Amino acid sequence: MLNRYPLWKNLLIVGVFVLGIIYAMPNFYPPDYAIQIQNEQGSAAVQDPELTVALSALTESGIQIKSSSLIDGNALIRLSTADDQLKAQPLIQRALHDLNADFVIALNSAPTTPQWLRDLGAEPMKYGLDLRGGVHFLMEVDTASAVEDRLEGMEQDIKRAFRSGSERIRYAGTSILEGRVLQFQFASEDVRSKARRQVEETYPQFLVTESDLPSGADGFALNLTMSDSAIREIEDFAVQQNLQTIRNRVNELGVAEPLVQRLGRQRIVVDLPGVQDTAEAKKILGKVATLEFRLEASPDASRASTLPYNYEGRAVRLERDLILRGERVFDAQVGFDPDSGLPQVNITLDSEGGELMHRSTRYNIGRRMAVVFIETKTRDRYEVQDGREVKITEPYVEERVISLATVQAALGVSFRITGLAGDEARELALLLRAGALAADMFIAEERTVGASLGQENIELGATSVLIGFSLVVLFMLAFYQWFGLAANLALIANLLLLVAVMSSLSATLTLPGIAGIVLTVGMAVDANVLIFSRIKEELRKGAAPQSAINAGFERAFVTILDANITTLLVAIILYSIGTGPVKGFAITLMIGILTSMFTAIMGTRSLINLAVGGRPIKRLAIGWSQS
Amino acid sequence: MRMVPFMKYRQVAAWSSVALLLMAVASLSIQSLNWGLDFTGGTLVEVSYPEPTNPEQVRLNLDNAGWNGHVVQYFGSDRDILVRMPPQKSLSDKDNARLGDSLFAALSASANGQIDLRRSEFVGPAVGEELANQGGLGLLAALAMVLLYVSFRFQLKFALGAVIALFHDVLFTLGIFSLLRWEFDLTVLAALLAVIGYSLNDTIVVSDRIRENFRQSRRGKSSDIIDESLNQTLGRTMITSLTTLLVLFALLIMGGELIRGFATALIIGVVVGTYSSIYVAANVLLRLNLSREDLIVPVKEGADLDGEP
Repeated sequence: MLNRYPLWKNLLIVGVFVLGIIYAMPNFYPPDYAIQIQNEQGSAAVQDPELTVALSALTESGIQIKSSSLIDGNALIRLSTADDQLKAQPLIQRALHDLNADFVIALNSAPTTPQWLRDLGAEPMKYGLDLRGGVHFLMEVDTASAVEDRLEGMEQDIKRAFRSGSERIRYAGTSILEGRVLQFQFASEDVRSKARRQVEETYPQFLVTESDLPSGADGFALNLTMSDSAIREIEDFAVQQNLQTIRNRVNELGVAEPLVQRLGRQRIVVDLPGVQDTAEAKKILGKVATLEFRLEASPDASRASTLPYNYEGRAVRLERDLILRGERVFDAQVGFDPDSGLPQVNITLDSEGGELMHRSTRYNIGRRMAVVFIETKTRDRYEVQDGREVKITEPYVEERVISLATVQAALGVSFRITGLAGDEARELALLLRAGALAADMFIAEERTVGASLGQENIELGATSVLIGFSLVVLFMLAFYQWFGLAANLALIANLLLLVAVMSSLSATLTLPGIAGIVLTVGMAVDANVLIFSRIKEELRKGAAPQSAINAGFERAFVTILDANITTLLVAIILYSIGTGPVKGFAITLMIGILTSMFTAIMGTRSLINLAVGGRPIKRLAIGWSQS
Repeated sequence: MRMVPFMKYRQVAAWSSVALLLMAVASLSIQSLNWGLDFTGGTLVEVSYPEPTNPEQVRLNLDNAGWNGHVVQYFGSDRDILVRMPPQKSLSDKDNARLGDSLFAALSASANGQIDLRRSEFVGPAVGEELANQGGLGLLAALAMVLLYVSFRFQLKFALGAVIALFHDVLFTLGIFSLLRWEFDLTVLAALLAVIGYSLNDTIVVSDRIRENFRQSRRGKSSDIIDESLNQTLGRTMITSLTTLLVLFALLIMGGELIRGFATALIIGVVVGTYSSIYVAANVLLRLNLSREDLIVPVKEGADLDGEP
């Protein structure tokens, strides 16, 4: 018999291999050291004049510029060395400082993938923080106290309702149990059932149950348990709000490709590649914004009792007396006016906020009310000290009016702002939430990798892959001769495919990920070893070379499949429990198993078929054999 | 080719396995593991000095700056220093999270700003506990999946053999880490799961052969069939272990300090894994009286196997 692959199989293998080369290729173009300039207000674009200023500052200091470009409102300047890059950042900062706009100047690495590859969607692999350096934070939002805060607000609300209803309900006391149950105590069962009726009518978010008071205390208790969905809602809001705050802040840090992402119910991952000053990063991330609600001053108000602001380019004067601050705001959501169908923003205050709002608005219907957004930011100042110019970073407070709307009725705990376009409503709700009372957030985990260590990790990783790979290749060649060569070619193809798949999935390469690649190299030859041992065995049994080849591949296949599927299962578990770097290891392991099955079985078979399968042969060059 | 009578020594092997595992359990229960920062929580700072530095001096400097409870050691070279601090009860959560910055500032001040921050890590107590739980859960889930898959593809006795072999490998590796007080961190945990993957690979290959031989031969003692199967797969087992060990040693020697624990755990695991697929998995099969009846070929699979010469 002869061993031939049908043409389509050979074409498939060649096709996959060519695709592998194309999608692995971007990784062979080393990225440029680059500086990215963004306007701090994300919407504004960086213009040509600013880029010119930055470029001339660099040329003056003798820094060589490879190229520069303006893409999507950001400027990108490519430089030749890491040293130049570090020097360039403060230079550009200084030069642009005089232009009176806030720019974010971030270190970046710019891919040098040729255009034709980019047109095919080929991109280089992303490096994890342990390879490129940077800070990773895991922030935990204190949702438990957010829930408790809200419960306390409800307590005040319900108490007021009990006192002010048509029929007054007397309660003996209240307490909060387990952070989610609000308990009211009553002197008689009769009052309790009255209270129960009222609560069930007005507060559907509570599950109401009755119980006795513990340890023989006199009285009857009504337990208001917040429903799971209500708790979820509060948690979601608290996390979303912090997420927004962090996103707003991260821009200020000058990070090229930040990652801010919710993780699970109450955590937020913040990855800041390239950031080295963790103390500064924490300071900036920790700052919160707030809101102030103020009435517009009447035209005859004295100057001393008003504050000047701008709203949409026009001057407005607001009353110095404050209605309330952002910490009284529970929620702000985009909704739609049921009558007109136009977008609006629904605002919910806590009970005290509702009272304050009511007091201020009931006699001021027809006047306008403003919402002021207040944020602490930092800016740089340059000062000459001892004959040297030094940079001083100082905080300042930015206040701007984000809404000015006419009060149409006496407002209470919840009210709405209407007359907005869709985008405006969304933007306003976002800002209101960012300025509302923030649930506390703390750092649950922090990992910082210095730039030098990142670079070192890349080098060590690359060396280990190279050495491990060479050792295996030499061994296979020595042990299996020509068949070893086929296995080695398959191994090279496997590495290539592994890199190609990782690049096109935009998987992140980490140090454990590199370890996974090394391990894959060692284990990938296993399939070939299995096949070759089977072939040798068949030869020993006296099979003719061609049928030995065939039987070897056929019989080893099931074994290889079983062995690889079980390893894959383990890798999937690893992926699902792992975090960050460990996930990186699991990914390379999974992809490596899949690509190695293809190259070691089909690839090798195709090579062997092509080399010896098409003609009758007497002896196979498959290494030593004791037969 | 000369046959190695593996199963002749199975009693010796079984008893030495039991003895080693008992030692592992003893060490684990007496001194537990040297849990890394990932699991204990706390703070770690790695800095590099321009000149070789004495950890004793660094320790003194930190003492003088008012810090206590720190562990200072070399990390990789005599210019790199690693400082570790357990979570400080006297500090608030917020301040604990800033401990790394404060430590670096103190180190930097005592070295006139001449040091580089290489790495700084903080793991909060809640996260550490979670990672440990998740890790344990992952190991168990992996074992359970293996049990299911192997009993589905092979047979329950094979599955038991495989799982006991894996359990053996994991416990043994953990025992070594405990005995030698090597640090057990997340990467080592990942390596343990990879060991499960590797050792399983080996066990499956051997089991596959045992199954095939049981189905083909009509007579012979079980232990002889198993011996024959082990011998047939021996070459492959050795070569694959060798190539894997080659790359792992490359990783151990060239991969740097951060990957050392990972590489070590895998090297131990690969060695024990190779041993266990011979002496633990196969041994369990014999103990469970694996017989031809256990392997009556299901109809759909039978067709292609019976057709073979």
